[in-house]
Amino acid sequence: MHSSAIDFLMLSAPQLLRGLQQTVVIAASAIVVSTLGGLLFGVLRSLNIPFVSGVLRLYLELVRAVPLLVWLFVFFFGLPIALGLDLSSISCAILVFSLWGITEVGEVARGAIQSLPRGQQEAGLAIGLSRQQLYRYILLPQALRRLIPPTMNVYTRLIKTTSLSVLIGVTEVIKSGQQIIERTHESLLIYSALFVLYFLLCFPLSMMARQLELRWSHG
Amino acid sequence: MTLYPMIWRMELSVDFDGLFILQHWQEFALAVWVTFKIGLVAIAGATGVGLLNAIILRYANKPLRLLIHGYIEVARNTPLLIQLFVIYFGLPEFGIRLSGEVSAWIAMIFLGGAYLTEIFRSGLQAVAESQLESARALGLSRWQQLRYVLIPQAWSISLPALFASYIFLLKETTVVSAVAVPEILYATTNYIALYYKTYEMLALMTLLYVAIFVPLSLALHRLEKRVQHAQFGY
Repeated sequence: MHSSAIDFLMLSAPQLLRGLQQTVVIAASAIVVSTLGGLLFGVLRSLNIPFVSGVLRLYLELVRAVPLLVWLFVFFFGLPIALGLDLSSISCAILVFSLWGITEVGEVARGAIQSLPRGQQEAGLAIGLSRQQLYRYILLPQALRRLIPPTMNVYTRLIKTTSLSVLIGVTEVIKSGQQIIERTHESLLIYSALFVLYFLLCFPLSMMARQLELRWSHG
Repeated sequence: MTLYPMIWRMELSVDFDGLFILQHWQEFALAVWVTFKIGLVAIAGATGVGLLNAIILRYANKPLRLLIHGYIEVARNTPLLIQLFVIYFGLPEFGIRLSGEVSAWIAMIFLGGAYLTEIFRSGLQAVAESQLESARALGLSRWQQLRYVLIPQAWSISLPALFASYIFLLKETTVVSAVAVPEILYATTNYIALYYKTYEMLALMTLLYVAIFVPLSLALHRLEKRVQHAQFGY
C-alpha cells in the first residue's frame, strides 16, 4: 500500500508540477506588483498630501470592504460586461491579487515609515535635505528593517491566496490535482500532497520572517 | 467549477433587473443567515481552541507545547481551501463522510484556532508580572489566578486583535462556497448559473458584503481607539 502510494504520487508529479508552474506565475507576478506598488502606496500615504491621501484611503477601504474571493468573482464576471474586457482567468487572478497585495504591503510600508522616531525626519530636514533625499537616505533605509519581515508574511498570505484562483477556472496546481482525481479517484492522496506542497512553499518564508524579526528587533 | 467560463460567454443581459432581486429576497436572506451561522460557529470554536491552547502553552510540558506550535505552523501555512478539500473530499476514504457545512466548521475552526492561539498567548504574556505575584500572594489557586486575574486582563488586551481575527474569519466564510455550502457567495454564483442575472447578482452580493463588513470595520477602528485611550489612562 505504502509503496503504491509513493508510486502513484511519482506518476502524478509531472502533472502537478505543470499546475504548480501556473501557481508560481500567479504568486510571483502578484508579489512583484504588490511590492513595487505597495512601497509607492506606503510612501505616498506617509506624505499626507491632502487629495492623494484621500484617494488612497478610499482605495484601501474599498479593497478591504469585501472579502477577496468576492472581488475575484466580481472582476471575473463583471469586467467583461462592464468594460467589454475579455481577461483570461489567470490575468484576472493576478490583477485582483495584486490590487489586494498593494494595499497589504502598502499598509506595512506606511506603518514602518511612520513608526520611525520623528526626530529622524526633523533632523534630516534641518540639515537641508530635500523630501526626496530625506526618503532616499534617511527614512527608507531605516524603514526597510521594520518592513521586510511583515512583508514576507504578506507574501505567504499571497501564496496561500493563489489557491482561490482555481475557483474561477485557472489551471493551477489544485486544478491539476482535481484532474488527476477525476481520473484516479485518489482524492485523499492528492489533496494531502497539495497540503504538503503549500506548506513547503509557505513555511520557510514565515520562518525566515520570524528569524529576521527577532534578529532586527534588537538592532 | 468548470461551469464558470461558460456562463461568462452566455451572459447577454445588460439592463438591470431589480425586480428579480426582490422576488428572491428570501433565498438571499437565507444565504446571509448561513454566512453568519458558519462564521459564528467558527468564531466560537476557534476562540475555545485558541484559549485552551494558550493556557496549555503556558503551563504544559515541552512535548505538548511543541505539538501546539506544530499545529499553529501547519494551520497558518496552508490555504483554507486545501484544508477544506482534505476534510471534505479526503476523509471519506477513511469512512468519515461529513456534510459541506460540518467540513466548513471544522476547517475554519482549525484555521482560526491557530490564529487565536497566538493572540491569546501574547495577551497572557502581556499581563503584568506583578498581577500574577499579587494573585499568588493572596493565595489564589492556579485556576483562580487564571479565572479572575489572567484571563480577564488578557482578554481586554487582546480585544482589538481578537476582533480583527473575527472579521477575518467571517470573510473566510466565502471560501466554503467551494464545497457547496449555500452561503452568500455560493448563492450568487448559483443564481448566475441558473438565471444569467450576472449584473444583478454581482451587485447584490457586493452590497450584502459591504453592508456586513463596513460597519464591522468601523467598529474595529473605534475599539482600537478606545483601547489606546484605556492604555494612556493607565
